[in-house]
Amino acid sequence: MTATPVSSTPRPDGSAGPARARVLRGVAAAVGRRVAAAAAVMLGAATTAFIALHLLPGDPVAIILGPSTMASPEVRAQIRLDLGLDQPLIMQYLRYLGRLLQGDLGDSYQLQQPVSALIGDQLRPTVELALAAIVVAVVLAVASAVATAGRRPGLRALANLWELVAVSTPSFWLGILLLTAFSFRVELFPVAGADGFSALVLPALTLGLPVAGILGQVLREGLETALEQPFATTARARGLSQTAVRLRHALRHAAVPLVTLSGWLTGTLLGGAVLVEKVFARPGIGALTLQAVSSRDMPVVMGVVLLSALVFVVISTAVDLLYLAIDPRLRAEGGGRGAQPDQNHEEPAPEMNKAGMKGAQA
Amino acid sequence: MSDPSGAPAPAALAPVPPASVPPVHSSQAPGAVIATDVPSAASPPTDVPGAASLPTDVPSAASLPTDGPSTAARPDVPTDDPLLVVEGLSVTFDARSARPVQAVRDVSFTLRRGECLAIVGESGSGKSVTARTLVGLTGARATVSARRLGFAGRDLIRLREASWRRVRGRHIGLVLQDALVSLDPLRTAGAEIAEALRTHRVVDRAGVHSRVLSLLTDVGVPEPAQRAAQYPHQLSGGLRQRALIASALAAGPELLVADEPTTALDVTVQAQVLDLLRGLTAAGRSVLLISHDLAVVAGLADQVAVMYGGLVVEQGPTAAVLADPRHPYTQALLAAVPAMHAKGTRLSITPVDRPPATAGCPYAARCPRSDERCRAELPPAAGDEPAHRTLCWHPGPPAAVTAPVTAPVAAAVVPVAGTGRPGRGADAGPLVEVTAINQRFRSPDGSWRHAVRDVSFELFAGETLGVVGESGSGKTTVARIVLGMQAPDSGTVRFAGAPWSGLRERERRALRPRIQAVYQDPLGSFDPRFTTEKIIGEALGAAGVRRGQQRRDRVVDLLERVGLAPGLRRRRPPELSGGQRQRVAIARALATEPELLVCDEPVSALDVSVQAQILDLLAGLQHDLGVAMLFISHDLGVIHHISDRLVVMKDGLVVETGPVGQVFAQPAQEYTRTLLAAVPRPDLT
Repeated sequence: MTATPVSSTPRPDGSAGPARARVLRGVAAAVGRRVAAAAAVMLGAATTAFIALHLLPGDPVAIILGPSTMASPEVRAQIRLDLGLDQPLIMQYLRYLGRLLQGDLGDSYQLQQPVSALIGDQLRPTVELALAAIVVAVVLAVASAVATAGRRPGLRALANLWELVAVSTPSFWLGILLLTAFSFRVELFPVAGADGFSALVLPALTLGLPVAGILGQVLREGLETALEQPFATTARARGLSQTAVRLRHALRHAAVPLVTLSGWLTGTLLGGAVLVEKVFARPGIGALTLQAVSSRDMPVVMGVVLLSALVFVVISTAVDLLYLAIDPRLRAEGGGRGAQPDQNHEEPAPEMNKAGMKGAQA
Repeated sequence: MSDPSGAPAPAALAPVPPASVPPVHSSQAPGAVIATDVPSAASPPTDVPGAASLPTDVPSAASLPTDGPSTAARPDVPTDDPLLVVEGLSVTFDARSARPVQAVRDVSFTLRRGECLAIVGESGSGKSVTARTLVGLTGARATVSARRLGFAGRDLIRLREASWRRVRGRHIGLVLQDALVSLDPLRTAGAEIAEALRTHRVVDRAGVHSRVLSLLTDVGVPEPAQRAAQYPHQLSGGLRQRALIASALAAGPELLVADEPTTALDVTVQAQVLDLLRGLTAAGRSVLLISHDLAVVAGLADQVAVMYGGLVVEQGPTAAVLADPRHPYTQALLAAVPAMHAKGTRLSITPVDRPPATAGCPYAARCPRSDERCRAELPPAAGDEPAHRTLCWHPGPPAAVTAPVTAPVAAAVVPVAGTGRPGRGADAGPLVEVTAINQRFRSPDGSWRHAVRDVSFELFAGETLGVVGESGSGKTTVARIVLGMQAPDSGTVRFAGAPWSGLRERERRALRPRIQAVYQDPLGSFDPRFTTEKIIGEALGAAGVRRGQQRRDRVVDLLERVGLAPGLRRRRPPELSGGQRQRVAIARALATEPELLVCDEPVSALDVSVQAQILDLLAGLQHDLGVAMLFISHDLGVIHHISDRLVVMKDGLVVETGPVGQVFAQPAQEYTRTLLAAVPRPDLT
């Protein structure tokens, strides 16, 4: 006996098995689609980098040999032959793609080392810094937002203030201030370098604090929206404390914009790391990029471009998967919020119809 | 008050001056709180954390269930002592600001164990705020004061937040309107129910799951194991409302506060949920039911309190209030229900748009009987029987103007619904001809779902064709196909004798002004940044009325046509009430002088009193303008009231069709009979 008229699709009757299998199929299809999309993005990035390299004025051989070389035309021709620069462009492109597939990013013009090795050496400190910064940011933002969302106005204003200050302080200035306070005055942390955890603290704070400010603002707004929803009232009417409602119910709703923004910010942290790496004299991708760009070391620049494309692809895929984990309504097959077929439009939009009318009378 | 022995009524409605009680703020002095947190000196302070593993901080713990809601096993509790006593409850929002809003004023009632009290009133009457007060969730902006807020022998008005938490869910449960958003959409139904069990530690950890399943079974959810694992959006409206009720009942509260628990539901589902609530009272639980619709509560409530402008204007045993309503507002509410006998009459008596008066009787602004005294002075609660009290200077049976049944004069003078004139265009053939349309959609799981199957009907100029059915019956799809928003998979729609459904959009666009739509949710169909003038003006532009004074005059005409003051043309949709918005939507639809209005659930989101006004407005417009209507609703009362002919739909099929009177008097199909039986009718009690 179905208690109600079948309102939408015939529900999976019987055990929970078929339903779960269908969910799994849906998840597998979604993952498959995203991997394919990621591959397309990487191909696009590689192609763009290749075209950019060949559109740039200047002869790569001249860059390789440096400004003060006396190399003979024969030597130049030999280098050209070695690099395959004499072949048609399409052949160069295919060879380049083929090498990419094997993980070969070419050699640096300046340092005469494989680009993959160069990036590999510098990657670890930067990734450490970026991850530490985003952890700092998310933890601070969650703490600040959960503690202040929908609470006393004074508390909110205070949180708003620190977030605004954090967002609007340039990171190099923040870094210098932190160094002055915690390395020179109170000798808590090392001034420079990338050895060990203590060397990570100040750079991570410098990079993470502004991000925490942005995330805190977004998260508080999300929390306050969620706390106004009827389910929050229902949860409190069940006997939950304010904090429990925030942590168990509202936070998950507010997490969707948080995840979107953190994903994007994590990607940009790679770029943002340049300044911080300079201030704290840390090795890293930022320093490498700076050097490669200023010396027109194109293989290295292309490698960094591909790396950041890869980082963004990985992060946005992770973000998309996190959406599915957070919001079961998005797990409906077909990608959209397809769980509500248009016929259900007959059901009144509930918040609207009460809140809207209340608002009008106030 | 419901004491049948006629004993002196408790102080529920006694007009005691409400000034003696200091308002209670959340920022109460801590010392005072501690002193008053314990109900009485005699009862031991079980409030101490860790003192008891069970949340038994109510003195009469022996009579309170400590082991969940197996309702059948609940022993009969003594009924001499009312469970809930509210005396002189007032709630003010923004009390210290320049413009405080008094949402609830001096409200008093009592509720006995095993009884149901219904609080009825329209939006803004203070009924929901009263409900929230009983769970201590009025919010930080509210100041609550009361002479007494007694629950099971303790005074709730003095509770601190920590003690409230032990009352909420455990002793007083709350059910809100729509479970789609009242249950956390990101959590499974089972998790929500389990949360209530864990919060109050009703059962030990290992027993939580099996208790969740038994709770779901108790509220009539089939296949509880599977349903518990589903999310609200995966459950049908009725099932998730049951799950919501199960979550409120999980910790075994003695009192269930249900705020519009059936408003978003189809009639048959509504009947089932009301049955479920009735079963709760039969098992000894008390239910406080909040609704805007007297008809809904009629079959369930023992007592009714009618609220208006924050005041209880009439209160008494349900049968007495329904049979002998004394307050003009109660009478207006009853008349507004489109009941069977009211067809061919106007439903609304007084304009609803006027806000409650601030001085004197709040209803005076709308009341046909109001005089100088009403506007100046608030009447005391009075009544010849102690149990049935009315807050009115001129109580009594409805005057002639409010007697729709016995007033054929009124029916003759004013245009009324359901008397369309199919004769006008009959010679020229039907205005709309729908022939064997089919429409199917791809379901999320990849299978095809037939939304509309072989639907055929004709609609003649100037008449109203009602389409009735439950959610998912395909009514809205039919409306979209008639509007030309969607091409049917097969079948044809002809409009005014010419093809309509097969046209290319470019050809159809020239004809679109002749068919206009009114939807359920006008707010969603307006640009919130447009003023009313711009909203209607845009439609006028489509009809060829260009800028300037001419357009403004036309906007004012249309606003007056739908009963709105011209001054509203500068307002934006969020600044309008629900009824005003729907009027603007109708004015916009009329701007192009259409021959057909497609109304898709136009009154479903409105209070009954506003609904009555809109139905009367549509009927009057049809009479004056001769516009035909395709009127879609899930509400049989509304359909009966407004339609000339009727199409009953189920699962995409037309189940029954015919003149309204005939279908309602002699339904040929079992499904139609089921629908009719589920309609709550106040006149049946």
